[in-house]
Amino acid sequence: MTDREETFAKVAELIEPFNKKDIELAESTTFAGDLEWDSLTVMDFVAAIEDEFDILITMNMQAEIESVGQLVDAVEELRSEG
Amino acid sequence: MTEAARTPMDPADEVPLAPSGRDLFSKFVPLIAERQALLDTGVRDPFSLVMEKVHSPTRATINGKETILLGTYNYMGMTFDPDVVAAGKQALEDYGSGTTGSRVLNGTYQGHKECEEALKAYYGTRHAMVFSTGYQANLGLMSTIAGKEDYIILDADSHASIYDGCALGNAQIVRFRHNNVEDLEKRLRRLPTEGGRLVVLEGVYSMLGDIAPLKEMVAVAKRHRAMVAVDEAHGMGFFGTHGRGVFEEAGVEDDVDFVIGTFSKSVGTVGGFIVSNHPKFEVMRLVCRPYVFTASLPPSVVATAATSIRKLMHATEKRAHLWKNSKRLHDGLRQLGFDLATPEAQSAIIAILLPDQQITVTMWQALLEQGLYVNMARPPATPAGMYLLRCSLCADHSDEQVGQILGMFAAAGRATGVIS
Repeated sequence: MTDREETFAKVAELIEPFNKKDIELAESTTFAGDLEWDSLTVMDFVAAIEDEFDILITMNMQAEIESVGQLVDAVEELRSEG
Repeated sequence: MTEAARTPMDPADEVPLAPSGRDLFSKFVPLIAERQALLDTGVRDPFSLVMEKVHSPTRATINGKETILLGTYNYMGMTFDPDVVAAGKQALEDYGSGTTGSRVLNGTYQGHKECEEALKAYYGTRHAMVFSTGYQANLGLMSTIAGKEDYIILDADSHASIYDGCALGNAQIVRFRHNNVEDLEKRLRRLPTEGGRLVVLEGVYSMLGDIAPLKEMVAVAKRHRAMVAVDEAHGMGFFGTHGRGVFEEAGVEDDVDFVIGTFSKSVGTVGGFIVSNHPKFEVMRLVCRPYVFTASLPPSVVATAATSIRKLMHATEKRAHLWKNSKRLHDGLRQLGFDLATPEAQSAIIAILLPDQQITVTMWQALLEQGLYVNMARPPATPAGMYLLRCSLCADHSDEQVGQILGMFAAAGRATGVIS
């Protein structure tokens, strides 16, 4: 697996406990539309992602991230900075 | 990350204002429907209650019925204090009904300066700045001092005014899990070395009435070179030797850069403030938009605030009675079998956890019908989707009233099946 594929797999794993409707995950899966997450779920999930990858995803960045693919890209970028 | 609307919208509910226009209110359709469904079950609306008469800090007439108030944040019972009322009346006579102007133009009267002097004396700080509300004080601090390159690190359960202040400004916003010192430290450690840092904490979190571990949190923030702001809206008056707040009781006064507070709780009127020892603090009066671009408080309000603050300095007996009331209510409710948000009375807010909206409103109404007013709270104001009945005690609640309150909770709890 490439680094990006590994990141995608890890992100997917972290989504699972919050994926109450068993939505199949793809690059284009959206957090609000497809997964129907509320603000509390988003908060818990972001904290889990931050701790897993040892990064910070500011609320400003969160506002721009709508899909799983965008999140994977953001995680990749933040890891390369750190 | 963007979040979901609560239920999908029915396009048939849209009322276009113009032939091709979309009704901007259609986004509220799910909320309107939810509220209507609740009211259709026959309960009263907890969010549109009217106090017909207010007799004292602890008694009012609601729906023609004499009611004990147990949800007002009027912790120290200053609203009917004779000296406070007299000061307000005198200022109304002497200075008129309002200033009609900004603090930086024609809106700073003698009373505003006296109010800031009272705050400096109360907090022992070099600077004090009075805002028109506590909400605006938070808007002002968050949006003004942290710029685009700076970071604000805040508790996930922060008050709306803190979040809104962040939204008004341009800083990078990082959240940590509520009251979690380790989570705060992890995030501080991950911050880039460049950029300023402001950690924002609250002494008492108003939804559950729990207090922050300020000693540990402030130490972590300082170790990571952050400035620290503590909101003491629900702590002023009865925490610490001088009643300054939880930060005083935690012994971290020297390490807190800004304390934000309000006049609408223990002080008993309306208004907000920030106190600080920062040598450049006074520049805020020129650069802080929620301070500059609004009218200042009316003369009667600052006169009542100043009088109340000076009296609160010496309110040792009231403080002791408030703590006695809070502990007794917490113990009594727990013994009745209610599920409480904190293991012991940590503040003057006692929150009762309930399973859903329907039972919460039913219980709320049962209490009201017996003559007791408490606050109902629901998501999104509450953390983790909780439904709460929140009680806030007053130093003026008599021992007899606390006994009556417990009796009403027992009856309403049994009638609604919340307790057995």
